[in-house]
This record gives sequence, C-alpha cells and structure tokens, in this order.
Amino acid sequence: MGKTLLQKSWEAHAVREMPSGQTQLFIGLHLIHEVTSPQAFQMLRERGLKVKFPQRTFATVDHIVPTDLLARPYVDDLAEEMIVAIEKNTEQFEIPLFNTDDKRQGIVHVIGPELGLTQPGMTIACGDSHTATHGAFGAVAFGIGTSQVRDVLATQCLAMAPLKVRRINVDGKLADGVSAKDVILHIIGKLGVVGGVGYGYEYGGEVFDAMDMEERMTVCNMSIEGGARVGYVNPDQTTFDYLKGRPFAPQGDAFERAVEWWKSMASDADAVYDDVVDIQAADIVPTVTWGITPEQSVGVDGKIPELNGLAGAKRQSIEEALEYMDFEAGQPIAGTPVDVAFVGSCTNGRISDLRAAAEIAKGRKVAGSVKAIVVPGSQQVRQEAEAEGLHEIFREAGFEWREAGCSMCLAMNPDKLQGRQLCASSSNRNFKGRQGSPTGRTLLMSPAMVAAAAVSGEVIDVRGLLSD
Amino acid sequence: MESKITQVQGSAVPVRGPDIDTDRIIPARYLRTVTFENLGEHAFEDDRVGGGHPFDDSRFQDTSILVANANFGCGSSREHAPQALMRWGIKGFVAQSFAEIFFGNCVALGLPCMIAAAEDVIRLQEAVDADPTQEVVLDLEKQTVSFSGDSFQATLPNGPREQFMSGNWDSLGQLLEGGDQIDAAAARLPYTANFATT
Repeated sequence: MGKTLLQKSWEAHAVREMPSGQTQLFIGLHLIHEVTSPQAFQMLRERGLKVKFPQRTFATVDHIVPTDLLARPYVDDLAEEMIVAIEKNTEQFEIPLFNTDDKRQGIVHVIGPELGLTQPGMTIACGDSHTATHGAFGAVAFGIGTSQVRDVLATQCLAMAPLKVRRINVDGKLADGVSAKDVILHIIGKLGVVGGVGYGYEYGGEVFDAMDMEERMTVCNMSIEGGARVGYVNPDQTTFDYLKGRPFAPQGDAFERAVEWWKSMASDADAVYDDVVDIQAADIVPTVTWGITPEQSVGVDGKIPELNGLAGAKRQSIEEALEYMDFEAGQPIAGTPVDVAFVGSCTNGRISDLRAAAEIAKGRKVAGSVKAIVVPGSQQVRQEAEAEGLHEIFREAGFEWREAGCSMCLAMNPDKLQGRQLCASSSNRNFKGRQGSPTGRTLLMSPAMVAAAAVSGEVIDVRGLLSD
Repeated sequence: MESKITQVQGSAVPVRGPDIDTDRIIPARYLRTVTFENLGEHAFEDDRVGGGHPFDDSRFQDTSILVANANFGCGSSREHAPQALMRWGIKGFVAQSFAEIFFGNCVALGLPCMIAAAEDVIRLQEAVDADPTQEVVLDLEKQTVSFSGDSFQATLPNGPREQFMSGNWDSLGQLLEGGDQIDAAAARLPYTANFATT
C-alpha cells in the first residue's frame, strides 16, 4: 500500500515511540527568530543544557525590526532588548545568526527557502505558526511554541502525535488575475478555519503542478489559517530546479543523490488519504476577506453574506464580524474604500509578489487618501527587486519602498494601523487588532489586488486593470 | 519536577464567542519581551477596552477554569497566550474545540484542555454566570466536567491525558530520555551528512 509524503517523512524521522504514545520526531532544520526564542534559551541555561545540533539551527530577526529607521539602538527599547537577546543567545550557543547587517537576513520563512536550507522530505520546526510555508518544498514543517523551541534546541526533537492527511486537488487552469493567494483563500473559505484540525494538508492537482515555488509557498503558508498544522506540495522538477545552486543545498554529485532521495519521499501514486477534496480552478476568482477570520471571504465581484436564514453560532459570528468591520450584510465588497495598502509578509513578500504588484502600480498613482507600503520579505528579495527597477515603479506611483521585515502583518514593530483604518493587505490574518491598532481592520487579498486597491482608493477587481 | 494532574477544580469564567484568537488573548505588543513574567495582567487587554469583559468582572477574579466555545486559541503559535492566561490564574480549560498549536502549548505548561459538546459548554457558561462562586471540576480520569448538581462528558486525546495523569507532561524531560537514539535517527537521514556517498 502506498504512503503519503507525511507518512514517509514521519517514519524516516521517528526516533522512538514515547510512553505517551506520541512519536519522538527528529527535526531536520530548526529556524529561530527573536520573539519565541529568548525564554527558550533561558530555560536551557537554567537546566544547564546545550544546543544539541547547532549545525542544524539557523537564526534571523524579522518580527520586531523596523522597516525604515534601522539605526541601533532601536527607538523601541523593548525591540532593542529582544535583538540584543538573540545576538547574545546565538553567540553563547554557537548558532549562525543572519542579523540585519547580513545580506541574508529577512523574514524567516522567506530566507529558509532562499538559502536552500528548506529541502524536501525533511522535518522543519520554527516558533512561528507560518512555518507551514516550508511545506511547499515537500517538507513537513511545524509551527511550535516556546517550550517546544526549548525542546528542539536541547534534543533536536519534538513530541508529536501523527496527523491525518487530507489531499486537496485543484484542477484546471487559473484565469488571468487569479493568484496563489486566491487559491488558499478559496480553500479556507470552503473548508473553514477548523477544517484542518488534526490534519496535514497535501495540495496537488494541475494548478499546483503548474505553480512555481513562490506560489506554492503562499498556499502552504496559510494552511494554519485553515486549521491544518502542516501543509505541503510534493517535490517535483520545479522544486529541484529552484534548489539547485542555492548556498545550503547539496552541490555537485551530492545534489544528484539528493534529488533521488527527494523523489522517493513524494507521496506514492497509490497513497491512501484520510480525506480528499476536489476543487476546480474555474471556480476561483480574486478573493477578499470581509470579516474577522480568514474563512470570511468572498470573490471580489461578490457580496458579503446575508443574515437571512442563518441562526445560532454561525449568525452570531457574522454579526460580530459585520459590527467590527462596520460593513452591512449583503453589501458588495468591491468599492469599499481603503486607508492603507500593505504589500509584504511571509505570505506574499517574495520577488514574484512584488512583480505582480509592480505590474499594477506601473504608470498609475496611489490614491490621495491611501498610505501604501511595499515591504520586501528579505534583503535578497529587496536587492533583486531593485535590480529589476521595481522600487522605482513603486516610488513613482507613490508607494513607500521599505526594508525587509514582518512589518504591518502583526503589530510588533513600528508599522501599525491607526484607529479604525482599513487596510488592503497581502498578509495572512484579519483578526481584530491584528495589524497594530486594537480597532484596525484588515482585508486580506493578493499583492496585485492590494496594488489595485492602492491606486483606486478602494477594493477593485484587479482583472480590470491588467494590460492585454 | 512536574506533578500528576488528574483533575482541575475551582470556579470558572465564561469567555464567549467562536474563534478567539491568540492576538486577542495577548496582543502582539506584549510579545516584545524576553521573559513571560508580566503577561498575566495583559490577558485580553484589547477585548477589555470599553468594559463588560468577564476578566474585568469582579465576580470572576479568582477563577481557575476558562470555559470557551469553538476554536479557542486559534491563530499564532505564541506560547505567550497560554502563559498570559496561566499567569492570570487559569489552570485548565473546557471548550467546544481548541486550535491545535494552542492545545499543545497548554500541555507543555500543564494546563489541561478538555473538549465537550457545544450545548454542554454553553450550559456551563450560563450556570457559571448565574452562580460564579460554584466549584467546577475537570476530571481527567473520568473525563467529565462537574458543577452544582450537573455534569457532562469532556474528553482529552489519549496521549496528553496519559501525560497529565502520569505526571509526564514536561516534554523536555521525556525527549532527553531519547538519548543515543536521537543520534542514531540523525545518522539514518541522508541529508545530515549532506548526501555524501556511504
């Protein structure tokens, strides 16, 4: 009987079965950032423990870094304290740190793949829920909390219960203007924010076969928003071509041997899944969230749901969202004025995302009422974008061109919404207060849709702005 | 050295609504910290603006059990969320469902999260509102939640349940016992030797 990639990777990394019945799972790559690590390192110190595999551990700074005023010490004392902590901790425990003065620094889920650290078949852990991103390479990548960061530092292992696997097929061809972000928003809209609990999501089908690595990363990134702890795409030639020549990827003959192992880790054709869902590309349009959870979304040409016929918790949920967002049931989402536009994040901060936004921004101007920022996901992405002149396109249009970091996704650095501002955002969460103002509001969408909203001053169908 | 946890008892606080996410449990600005020490007072801080939140209700100030609805703790993997609730005084949870990473973080901290039917949870929330001082008992062994003259079934998955009851919920101690087997597992993986030929 065939196996899924998840099963194969699980078996390959199983150290032993623990008394609780969980598996002690070896972690191939441990990625660290400044927010979830200080207490973990402190716990190691308190217990007199060392990092077991420093050579499998890599650190960066991303959540608290400013994207404009980079001078140290940071204006924010607390942010300064955190970056100093990771500097000291990585030095003491001999872990490489891609700090802001290192050209390889950036959002942890952007740099892992860029550097060729993320590879098929391996288990990966990071103290951040969007670790699922790395599943795009056919890795089994877990978001973990600080105590688990401690566990991985000290033992290079996690205690985990096996996951079921739901295979999600998306077949057909995406129409122009419809992107990977729309695919995952559509999937979450259909399966719900709790649909994935207890599952890993295996994404496949013609649409995924045709996607490049950055598109696959966008989809896998938001698996957690669908409740699935991990999400992945089976590795294929697209994956191998991406990895070839990257700094931490195997080189020469070793690369060829790696490709053979990577191929062997992909799900078998006769793998058995706990559930299978089939979705047609033709049903996917540019999608926008209107509510306060990522499942509350609608096609840009659609309307916010009516309340008629809804009852109980479902009705309550929608009412709460409408009240917070200050929207009406049945209202079209297109035409909603926006105050802020944010292109960036571990979901959509890569070079292809910036190109997509630039294509819309080119020759147009950010609406007078809108503050628009573009935040590259890493220093490398930034450099690449500048080599292509994207920064000039953005600046010419009136977008602010920033340094790399998590920025406005999550309120831990100076990039924040103010008051009731409504933000067209290429990030991954629209929860109340997510983007830094306790009363701020978020509309999740693709980077091209964000650029379209920026230049129009309102939510608008990007397909109308595409050149023929 | 952690102790066996077979039940959690105390008064309870109802926190209503589905999909209460970790940004609401502890706003991200409080994640700018190198310890967990001062998180307790900031639990639900933004939800508490404007009054009316159960955490500001004087009737619920010494509670040990938080009663929630669906998908409690969704969102980020931040352990700061259960840390904040634990430092506020919570020792256990019962809800219709929990987000997976939040659930796991709670196990790591010795905080049982029991899962019960939607209508039972709602009934408990109403009972606690009517009489906030009543004792509520989360019984891991019997897999029940009891309160004044009433009780219902509430479950924990086998692994965590076993861990709490045997006192082995500190994952680090358990994982360290893997010892040489960890190195053996590492050696079996071709990428740890960078795909060198054998």
